[in-house]
Amino acid sequence: MSQAQDTDKATGETGRKEATKLDPAKIILEHVGDGHEFHFFTFHQRPVSIPLPVILYSPAKGWSVFMSSRFEHGHQTYDGYRLLNEEYIGENNLDEKIFKPGRIWAVNEAGQPDPSIKLYDLSLTRNAVQMLISVLLLIWLMTGVAGKYEKGQGVTTAPSGFQNVIEPVVVFIRDEVGKANLGDRYEKYMPYLLTVFFFILINNLIGLVPGTANVTGNIAFTAMLGILAFIAIMFSTGKHYWLHIVNPPVPWGVKVIMWPVEVMGIFTKPFALIIRLFANMISGHIIILSFIILIFVFGAMNTALGWGTSPFFVLLSIFIYLIEILVAFIQAYIFANLTAVFIGQAFEGGHEEGHGGEHHQEAVVV
Amino acid sequence: MTTLLDVMQPGYGAIGAGLAAIGAGIGIGQVGKGAVEGIARQPEASNDIRANMILAAALVEGVALLAAVAGLLVAVK
Repeated sequence: MSQAQDTDKATGETGRKEATKLDPAKIILEHVGDGHEFHFFTFHQRPVSIPLPVILYSPAKGWSVFMSSRFEHGHQTYDGYRLLNEEYIGENNLDEKIFKPGRIWAVNEAGQPDPSIKLYDLSLTRNAVQMLISVLLLIWLMTGVAGKYEKGQGVTTAPSGFQNVIEPVVVFIRDEVGKANLGDRYEKYMPYLLTVFFFILINNLIGLVPGTANVTGNIAFTAMLGILAFIAIMFSTGKHYWLHIVNPPVPWGVKVIMWPVEVMGIFTKPFALIIRLFANMISGHIIILSFIILIFVFGAMNTALGWGTSPFFVLLSIFIYLIEILVAFIQAYIFANLTAVFIGQAFEGGHEEGHGGEHHQEAVVV
Repeated sequence: MTTLLDVMQPGYGAIGAGLAAIGAGIGIGQVGKGAVEGIARQPEASNDIRANMILAAALVEGVALLAAVAGLLVAVK
């Protein structure tokens, strides 16, 4: 069912491509990128999509709020703004380096997009809307479970319903990620680690559904998560940590080499977190989309070849989908775990090596 | 010949991403080998070993994907 929708999505794209050549890179980047609408498919030259609010601020004109349907997929100028697509850029021979498709530009009196008019695009794009939906979903699920625990269900009696799903996971994060890396001070960090884990997990999983936006594969989203992890790490540092960076107990020859490496290390650790999550999620999406588009690449060469290879590619896509579900869980766990490791490294007295996790109970026996 | 020397050709991006895949394969293969051997020696430790294997594999994959993203940036630029 999801695969049919996926092929419908790609069929729609190829329906338009009868006139133009198939451009896989552009289609893939369109699907994994951000946009001002939820585009599902194109039915007989008619795009089927959900438009989203466009919120623009220009120092010259003030605020403008309207639905992106007013742009009619890039064919209409509205309120002095225009959404550029490739046809418009091609027709008017605009400089492709400046005018990239998918962005909104202010048009001057002549009707041409004018880069000199300053414009701040604060729209609710599909990444933003989907992130808000997943935030609300997460809050609803978690407060539901927490409410049950407050009433005593699962404390004095056996856990019931969704508690059975959440409790092993929370205990796992508390023991394997919190206590193992943070020792005695794990309780202060549990809200943050649990939020990071569940937020990344829910965004990963929702992003796998065909038709949804690719939130965790967006570098801005993961960059904010990385910055928050960096802030959490910096807030946990003690004198001992900085002393070790500036004056490690090594011979002076090594010390000179350690200085730039350690200073860079402060920044490369969150940077690696950012890139790891971003690259894993976006590569998963690109692989699935590539396999589906390969069907159409083969179909463009020879229709029979396209039909013949399609079962094989669809099965391959399903296989990759299952791997991507596993990767969704793993990447959420890795982000939370590495953040806990880095926070643990930032604590004072790193030589004590607080191994709080050695005698814990096995929370999840796999 | 000058186009071959110009490093921003899309082809080089693809070659770079492929090399990154080789690196990831070798690295994660080593991690898996060590983990499986450890489990073979002591099956009771299999849960701990599995957790550490996944952690190390994700670290290796992170670096490899960093190179893959760099390759991708050149390939589609």
